[in-house]
Amino acid sequence: MHTAALVLADAPAQLLPARSMMAFTLASHIILVPLGVALPLITLIMHGYGLRRGDPTALLLARRWSAVMAVQFAIGVVTGTVLSFEFGLLWPGMMGRWGDVFGIGFGVEAWAFFLEAVLIAIYLYGWRRLPARTHFLLGLPLPAAALLGAFGILAANSWMNTPRGFTLDQAGNPVDVDIWKAVFTPMFGPQYWHFVVAMLVTAGYVTAGVYAVGMLRGRRDRYHRLGFTVPFTLAAVFTPVQFMLGDSIARQVFQKQPVKFAAMEIVWKTDTHVPEYLFGRLHPDGSISGGIRIPQLDSVLAGFHTDTEVTGLTSVPAGDRPTPTQATIAHWTFDIMVGIGSGLALLALWYALIWLRRRRLPRTPWFYRCAAVAGVASVAAVECGWITTEVGRQPWIVYQNMRVAEAVTSTRAGSLWTTFALVVVVYVFVFGSFLAVLLRMRTRWRLDDAGGGPRPPAPETDTPYGPRSTVPADATPAGGGSAPPTGSRP
Amino acid sequence: MIADVMAVVLLLAIAAYACAGGTDYGAGFWDLTAGGAERGRRPRRLIDHAMAPVWEVNNVWLIFVLVIMWTGFPVFFQRVFTAMWLPLALAAVGTVLRGAGFALRKPARRLAGRRLYGAVFAVASLLTPFFLGAAAGGVASGRVTAATRASTDAWANPTSVLFGLLAVAATASLGAVFLSADARRFAEPQLDGYFRRRALGALAAVAVLAVITLFVTHGDAPHTWHGLTHGAGLVFVVVSALATAATVWLLTRPSGAWSRVAAVGVVASAVIAWGLAQRPYLVPTSLTVAEGAGADTSLRWLGIVTLVALVLVVPAVAFLYWLDTHGELESLTDADLRRSGAGDQG
Repeated sequence: MHTAALVLADAPAQLLPARSMMAFTLASHIILVPLGVALPLITLIMHGYGLRRGDPTALLLARRWSAVMAVQFAIGVVTGTVLSFEFGLLWPGMMGRWGDVFGIGFGVEAWAFFLEAVLIAIYLYGWRRLPARTHFLLGLPLPAAALLGAFGILAANSWMNTPRGFTLDQAGNPVDVDIWKAVFTPMFGPQYWHFVVAMLVTAGYVTAGVYAVGMLRGRRDRYHRLGFTVPFTLAAVFTPVQFMLGDSIARQVFQKQPVKFAAMEIVWKTDTHVPEYLFGRLHPDGSISGGIRIPQLDSVLAGFHTDTEVTGLTSVPAGDRPTPTQATIAHWTFDIMVGIGSGLALLALWYALIWLRRRRLPRTPWFYRCAAVAGVASVAAVECGWITTEVGRQPWIVYQNMRVAEAVTSTRAGSLWTTFALVVVVYVFVFGSFLAVLLRMRTRWRLDDAGGGPRPPAPETDTPYGPRSTVPADATPAGGGSAPPTGSRP
Repeated sequence: MIADVMAVVLLLAIAAYACAGGTDYGAGFWDLTAGGAERGRRPRRLIDHAMAPVWEVNNVWLIFVLVIMWTGFPVFFQRVFTAMWLPLALAAVGTVLRGAGFALRKPARRLAGRRLYGAVFAVASLLTPFFLGAAAGGVASGRVTAATRASTDAWANPTSVLFGLLAVAATASLGAVFLSADARRFAEPQLDGYFRRRALGALAAVAVLAVITLFVTHGDAPHTWHGLTHGAGLVFVVVSALATAATVWLLTRPSGAWSRVAAVGVVASAVIAWGLAQRPYLVPTSLTVAEGAGADTSLRWLGIVTLVALVLVVPAVAFLYWLDTHGELESLTDADLRRSGAGDQG
């Protein structure tokens, strides 16, 4: 999607549709990832709180979130499966040559994912019949499985950024594979922690944002306050952590992928006393138009000193570095991500100050307006971060070892465009339905809470667990969060 | 050596996907053929209810198959995905539509919505196994060579089409056998008979298609045919045939117990027979296991990862199926969600 305008002049015709399709499917999938990785943790925190305090509101929230988790996980499974197909369908060259070097991360991810699917199924369908403690304990390994899955994916991606763990033979094929080195590449640590915390922060703000909107509309009951406070506090605690990690990963990029760093900061010539540009546009002659120029700052940020030498884009031949347009994209997305991160840090500070001084939630509507925006903004930051790392790596699919153009499929560009169009239609349908389902679940819950639904008799009102003999068999026909009684089907 | 071991692991993963995912696809097949909203209401309800807790787990096997392929046998992976571009692309699209259709049908309330998602789910359940089977047929008939570019010839040929049809028939029989067992579990004797009849029909289709496939592969996929009719391949073909007979016999008995095991035996041994028939090739006569294998280190690590995962995953999956078959897993309902906490809303 974002790389659409960036074809190299001598690139094969397949490159543009293949890139666009990969970018589109990944950009879509990545929206679901924060919820997939961090929502189980947030839900379990709420669940644990509810069990410990015997708080029915917290348990209700946890149950509802687990229903959201289920729909999200199901969509995530299918969009994730598409990505594994696309490795072969779009980039057979990369998989054929490098699959055995970096594929092991995916092996870990696949098994972790399997475990996650099992655990989610048990957690989701265990609410009614499993004993309360058992049910909660069976859910506890979920966050760990999610972290393990992220480990696999990030190992693969960081390998593409700083590949190692192999030597090349005469024909340029990798031999002497060292899996340990291939998994724990130099960029792995920084990327992994930056990613995991991003997922926590994003899921927290997204979940809290929903309740912030409700509170803005005047619903300040305990349900909304609790639904807001738990995820928002988690996100707010991790926001400053993310700020530090983000700063650290930028410096790691500076040291380990200097050309990518040059693209992110649009540095043209290697120099000391390099100024920092906020936004601005890089031109093919190396000039920069627009943006705000802050003298010396880039050198200071990179190495804490104005004398720090920053490698420029021109340090490598034009064919081995991002084009000016690609550099500008990486630069903008980087700046937007940092900007959003800074805004979120201020929001977290605001929250912390009120909490420390008054021991209560902020009351001003402006705080909740900002909190509502924070969810969307953090998703945007995740997208931007991903674009920065992928576009900044251009033209390499395996940094300094294989170009994107060498990896692309030989299938005709026409077929690729057709499939891409089909995929867009399917994804619009799937994501549109996903959103519609979430909104409908929300509406239904709200109506239920407003006292619309018939209250089932005791013992259901007393304990959330145990057999449900009072629910007629007909009322539980179809699984999932909240299926209709069959009577609703004419 | 390690390459052979991992090739067996790959084959077993494919067999597991064929059985677990196949059951799911089969349920989709019967969802498609269940008739109108009124007539198909009860079977559809059973399908939804029976599949819901396990369907995601069933479909994760596919991701394993792909990961083992590209990490263990990258050259093979590259060739298959180059030559079988179109069927695999369509299978991928089918996977999305199917998963999304099933997941979204559950929370959909209105009939129009349920119909739309249901149709998407069911049609995709039919097409996805067909295209995956067709791709497998292309491999079995040796059409996936280094020189093969994506063309219709690679998958629009007798062996591919038959493998595709066989895949659909096998999933339908698995689906029906499992659903009849689920009907017994949920005390729905009428649906038990309903799905038993369908299971028998599907098994008959599997048998007819299998015989035709043997005839066609004789000319179209000679290496695979030879493997299927000799040695270890033949043993598993015979096991598969015996399992088919056993399934039929069990389905005609009143209790119907063990029919699921027998039905899984049919599909698993058929897949294993195919894999063994291809020995020592990944793609008959153009790519051996040794040639297609990745680095030894990677294969060994893949083996270790698989072992560790088996230790973690097998008990988890067994536990899930145990909970599921013992009625411990039941979905949240509106009643549950409405139950408590609603009192203190403003």
